Amino acid sequence: MSETYMLPNPPGPNRAVDFDPAICNGCNSCAGICRSDVLMPNPEKGKTPIVLYPDECWYCGTCVLECRRPGAITLVHPLNQSVSVVWKRKATGEYFRLGMKRPPTPNARPPSS
Amino acid sequence: MSTWHEYLQGGKPVPTWPYPIRYGEERELETDVLVFGGGIAGSHAAISARKAGARVLVVEKEATKWSGNGGAGVDHWLSACTNPCSRVSPEEYTQRVLEDCGGYDCGPLRYVVARESWDALLDCEGMGLRIRDEAGEFTGAEFRDEETGLLFAYDYVNRCELRVWGHNMKPVLHAEMRRLGVEVLDRVMITSLLTEGEGESRRVTGATGLGTRTGEFYIIRAKATILATGLPGRMWNFSTEYRSTFRDPNCTGEGVSAAWRAGAEFSRLEESYPDSGTMAYISYAVGNAHNTWHGCPIVDANGKEVPWVDRDGRELGSLEERFTPAEGQRFMLGDGLRVPPSYENQTKKLAPDLPERILSGEFVLPLYADLSRMPERERRAIFGLMVGNEGRTRVPVYETLTKAGFDPDQDMLQVPIMDPSSYGHSNFWSGVGAPQWRMWGGGGVVVDWDLRTNLPGLYAAGGAIFGAGAHSSAAASGRYAGRRAAEGARGVSLPGADRAQTDREKARVYAPLKPEGRPMGWKDFNAGIGRLMQSYCGQYKSAGGLREGLRMLGELRESEAASLSAANPHELMRAVECLGMLDVGEAVMTASLERRASSDYLNFQRIDFPRMDPPEWRNLRPIKLGPSGPESRDLPFDYFLRPPYAPSLKENYAAHSGLERGEVRR
Ligand SMILES: Cc1cc2nc3c(=O)[nH]c(=O)nc-3n(C[C@H](O)[C@H](O)[C@H](O)COP(=O)(O)OP(=O)(O)OC[C@H]3O[C@@H](n4cnc5c(N)ncnc54)[C@H](O)[C@@H]3O)c2cc1C
Repeated sequence: MSETYMLPNPPGPNRAVDFDPAICNGCNSCAGICRSDVLMPNPEKGKTPIVLYPDECWYCGTCVLECRRPGAITLVHPLNQSVSVVWKRKATGEYFRLGMKRPPTPNARPPSS
Repeated sequence: MSTWHEYLQGGKPVPTWPYPIRYGEERELETDVLVFGGGIAGSHAAISARKAGARVLVVEKEATKWSGNGGAGVDHWLSACTNPCSRVSPEEYTQRVLEDCGGYDCGPLRYVVARESWDALLDCEGMGLRIRDEAGEFTGAEFRDEETGLLFAYDYVNRCELRVWGHNMKPVLHAEMRRLGVEVLDRVMITSLLTEGEGESRRVTGATGLGTRTGEFYIIRAKATILATGLPGRMWNFSTEYRSTFRDPNCTGEGVSAAWRAGAEFSRLEESYPDSGTMAYISYAVGNAHNTWHGCPIVDANGKEVPWVDRDGRELGSLEERFTPAEGQRFMLGDGLRVPPSYENQTKKLAPDLPERILSGEFVLPLYADLSRMPERERRAIFGLMVGNEGRTRVPVYETLTKAGFDPDQDMLQVPIMDPSSYGHSNFWSGVGAPQWRMWGGGGVVVDWDLRTNLPGLYAAGGAIFGAGAHSSAAASGRYAGRRAAEGARGVSLPGADRAQTDREKARVYAPLKPEGRPMGWKDFNAGIGRLMQSYCGQYKSAGGLREGLRMLGELRESEAASLSAANPHELMRAVECLGMLDVGEAVMTASLERRASSDYLNFQRIDFPRMDPPEWRNLRPIKLGPSGPESRDLPFDYFLRPPYAPSLKENYAAHSGLERGEVRR
């Protein structure tokens, strides 16, 4: 059991981006370019940056584009946004939503570039 | 273990600020051309000033590599009148846009852009940006030119608006600046312009800045300065809680504030648009048929397709017709330039009477965007190319949605269910706001044929200039202003910095470190300014309300503004932004008070002067801060074709563009 601390409420939206510590090597290039300084270097070298100001994120995704380790950073839209991203499969009539528990198979086609 | 809360929950102590703290320490810099804001206009300006032989310093409050409104990508390249496939001349285009704006637009900006938008894009191609379908992914498509590989948007016949692979535009520009030896100073927010002289002879001699991570103070002396700070935001709508803002939230108007305090002349500050602020949906991630998704079929809950119409309201028979002009129509202007759609140039659109048809039961909610009804190449152009490259869409929309399984070949994307009146325009992601929630319009500085302001030494480019604009206008005007500023800097000796000015500015920007009374955080303060703007400068304005608003802004300066507090350099930057917003609000309310008429073109409604655009108010009515308060004057729409200028666009361009003298090297 961890300690219970006296902390302010997490800001809403409270995450903005999520790091995978198994992939991220703490190089901080994302923190280096984040336009709003949402991300701060971790005091421990080699650890994932700290999401300090998730409430200032513009959700532009340039941290993900800057990152050289695919999968280390995931952009996480706030629920009040992802809850409105809904699609319907024409052939089956199924409904899907961004953030749903059992999403359909990813569409592997890359963007035109 | 990503967030601050999670970090602390892991039993770690509160981390100390990761960057050195240097409040008040001075750094002195000097340059020929100072670029104030390293976004799209600023980057192109820096590159062209450097090519013209100047020493160039870009000061950017974010990180230039991905900064600004164009920093997260671009899919449409507008106004490319001189591309080899265009059927619209720069003169015809300029004339049309000026007319569509009712005259309230900047002629020199518009014409420079029509002349150089395509050149600016070729510059980008030379730097490594992809602008042609060389791989043949779209071979055979109506919107592809087989010879050049260029792809067109909106109007496939007249071809002056292009589709580009712009997701990495800023890194490409950034690399070019590095290659050319442009000095780039990131994470420094300019807070004021330095000036020398008074009255007519006052000139801009540089700027002061604040380190946004470290808090040091910059004094920058420059022979010429280019204002390239884009459009201010966070003025009416501010909340960090329900986060989706289309525009970069870091662009808050220090450019306007600094230029206003220095005495630069502005026009169109009174204009503002309805906005749903942070209540909007993720742009281009919900069903819509606007801009990036232009032309996409919209169907109702039962699969019934909503018709598209031409400018006469005639329903279109085929999908192809969405991209070709109507009978007798010369050419169509796409979305994105912020030009009101006139009869002459409007694009094909989704039936505008959709709200009534939903209420009558003809179409059943929810609606869907159904890309699968389009031919493969059109579908791929919208979702693969445009959504894959537009600003804030490659990762937030394309990658996020495809990873979650969305497949445009077989899925329909739902349109949010909203108040039926909000289906009158296919920009469905913009959501629904309250009438008093507004967004910055076309306000900016007035410029001459050198893109120079009324203040010698101060040039401008991009959104900082009054009038319509978009990415390519920022690029092309930056390219031009860079040349003009480099020439303007030639032969000028480096000015000194006035200690009294820098001391005053230091006192102003560091005040939040020693708040008076009950300390107040920047968010609280920002939201307070927003409330003032909504109340006194919302959709409906009147002399009484505006005067009261100005009085209240003055009160805030004395009371709560003196209590603004900051615990670290980041908060200090935000607090200083808020101080600047007081100036921006004052400028906007003063301009609104000055225009004693309503204007359809400017989205400007005065309760006490309800007549829309009466002839005597068809005027730019510029405004500036004089020695004893705001001053305004009459300036005719066609000021740029009257003495001392030549009577035609072409002659003025030839005389001022600086190209004939062969200064520009590719
Ligand atoms: C999501 C999105 C998508 C868009 N897509 C398109 C498109 O496809 N086609 C198109 O034509 N247009 C598009 N636009 C519009 C286009 O991006 C803008 O018109 C363009 O970026 C304007 O250029 P600018 O240089 O004037 O401003 P910006 O590019 O916003 O640059 C201003 C710069 O100034 C900096 N700055 C501000 N204040 C200070 C200060 N005090 N000190 C130092 N630096 C400062 C900012 O950080 C910023 O980098 C899009 C806009 C957005 C938001």
